[in-house]
Amino acid sequence: MEPDDHSRFKWFALVVVGLVTLGLCPYFLPRFFTYLLALILVTGLVATSLNMALGFGGMYQFHHAVFYGIGAYAVSLMLIKSGLPIVICFVAAPVVSAILALLMGFICVRLSKLYFGMLQLSLGSLVWILVFRWYSFTGGDDGLHGVPVPSWISSVTGSYYFTLIVSVVSLIIMYIVLNSPFGRILQAIRDNSERSESVGIQVRRHQLVTQVIAGFFAGVSGMLFVTVEGSAFPDLLSWTLSLELLIMCLLGGWFTFFGPMLGAAIIVSLRTMVGAYTEYWTTVLAIILMLLIFFLPEGIIGFIETLFKRSHASPGEDL
Amino acid sequence: MLSVKDVQKSFDQFLAVKKANLEVEKGEIVAVIGPNGAGKSTLFKMISGHLTPDKGHIFFKGKELVGKAPYQICRLGLSMSFQIVNVFNRLTVFENVQVSVLSRMKRSFDMITPARRVAVQETREILESVGLIDVENRASGSLSHGERKVLEMAVALGANPDLLILDEPTAGMAPEETVATIKLLEYLNSELGLTILFCEHNIDLVFSFANRIMVMQQGTSIIQGRPDDIRGNEEVRKAYLGGTH
Repeated sequence: MEPDDHSRFKWFALVVVGLVTLGLCPYFLPRFFTYLLALILVTGLVATSLNMALGFGGMYQFHHAVFYGIGAYAVSLMLIKSGLPIVICFVAAPVVSAILALLMGFICVRLSKLYFGMLQLSLGSLVWILVFRWYSFTGGDDGLHGVPVPSWISSVTGSYYFTLIVSVVSLIIMYIVLNSPFGRILQAIRDNSERSESVGIQVRRHQLVTQVIAGFFAGVSGMLFVTVEGSAFPDLLSWTLSLELLIMCLLGGWFTFFGPMLGAAIIVSLRTMVGAYTEYWTTVLAIILMLLIFFLPEGIIGFIETLFKRSHASPGEDL
Repeated sequence: MLSVKDVQKSFDQFLAVKKANLEVEKGEIVAVIGPNGAGKSTLFKMISGHLTPDKGHIFFKGKELVGKAPYQICRLGLSMSFQIVNVFNRLTVFENVQVSVLSRMKRSFDMITPARRVAVQETREILESVGLIDVENRASGSLSHGERKVLEMAVALGANPDLLILDEPTAGMAPEETVATIKLLEYLNSELGLTILFCEHNIDLVFSFANRIMVMQQGTSIIQGRPDDIRGNEEVRKAYLGGTH
């Protein structure tokens, strides 16, 4: 076995053990923790989709939550108002998010870096205010509650397994895309878009396709959120949630694939635990952000990877 | 192969290139020389599509380049290596060159095949030819300046160009690195038939290496000819060489 194959096998074994453990969780965890795990998976999935554009694509994706929220609203509205089969509702919701990502991306990819982020923030806020104010359609600031999710996924255990399966499949697809030639070129654009263009890469088209894929999987997460919570509300599209998602990516490691999932696990757990004692949860978030900037600029997994590389580097080799 | 006709470029009030003319034939090594601020880099950036000329025309293999994006120009067979090292810092040496090869092979939108299995042979061949195969797994940000300059060139070669443009390829290199780079360029020209256009401050190197030389001064091309013609030209002596050659 080649060293690379050996390392890949170890990772594969680790992932299988992790998945089996996650699959058994509802049998030994209290219901609340099963629910919490489902919420972590949903949030981790949307953070991973954000990181596709942010950490791998170098796009300042400041308002990713808008695609998440639209996915949640799309599935809720279809389930409440359309009477369409559930499978169609579940598939259509991410497609709606992807179309929104295509429209917003078409405008935003003409700009770069900070200007891209500011324009996305503005356009996303427009969508948010529309959802927030359109009482007759979206329920306004009350949101949509009691979404008729089928009984086989409305229980805590049912929604957990559904979330686990869809999240794992989505993560596998994103992993394959990011490790394909498309993903490699995306990382090159992140590092140096000018140089990428001069070796024949259509930078804007690549960025636009990435926006659509990231928007699609954010929509999948939004759809999953509805199966876990049975509701959709304007906070799902808010810029504060977008900021939280950004922090999850930075905390876990924004140049790594599993970093955002780890970041989501930490932030969602902390929010749940700290939120039980104080309403000033955002203060804790602010402290985490400051510590991150000073001590872990590449996030937890990024830091571990650096340590690992350093311990395996040949003498005299710089990292 | 390449024909630049009366090209002009200004930035706000500053006229960086007033009137530049240049001809490059297939298989040639052509150098552009001139003092700092003569407009050499601006001219190269106009040819590669990174800047748009205010006036004039640029033809490559009979096709007008003005108005085309850099990626379109690259796909026509013209690749540029930059003066300031301009590579993909978080990628490894192998990945840097592979990106260029993937683009050339039109695999940019392949989302299924693992990248580690695509364009491996082609990428390694380039790395071997430029002498970077031993450091292929190093992060490009960790290379020495000389190695990064060579990598810069290897990335440009990944596009398999007909014409390679090099903006000061040996700037900042140690003498032995300069010799190795010149040998590499001679090999690319004589063995692979690559046409090379470059600018360089090292005049001895230019006269020993180039087939033809174009001299620029204050944004204007004053002459283009064989090294002996350039040496003997009174205008060039006054303007640039100061009578030393």
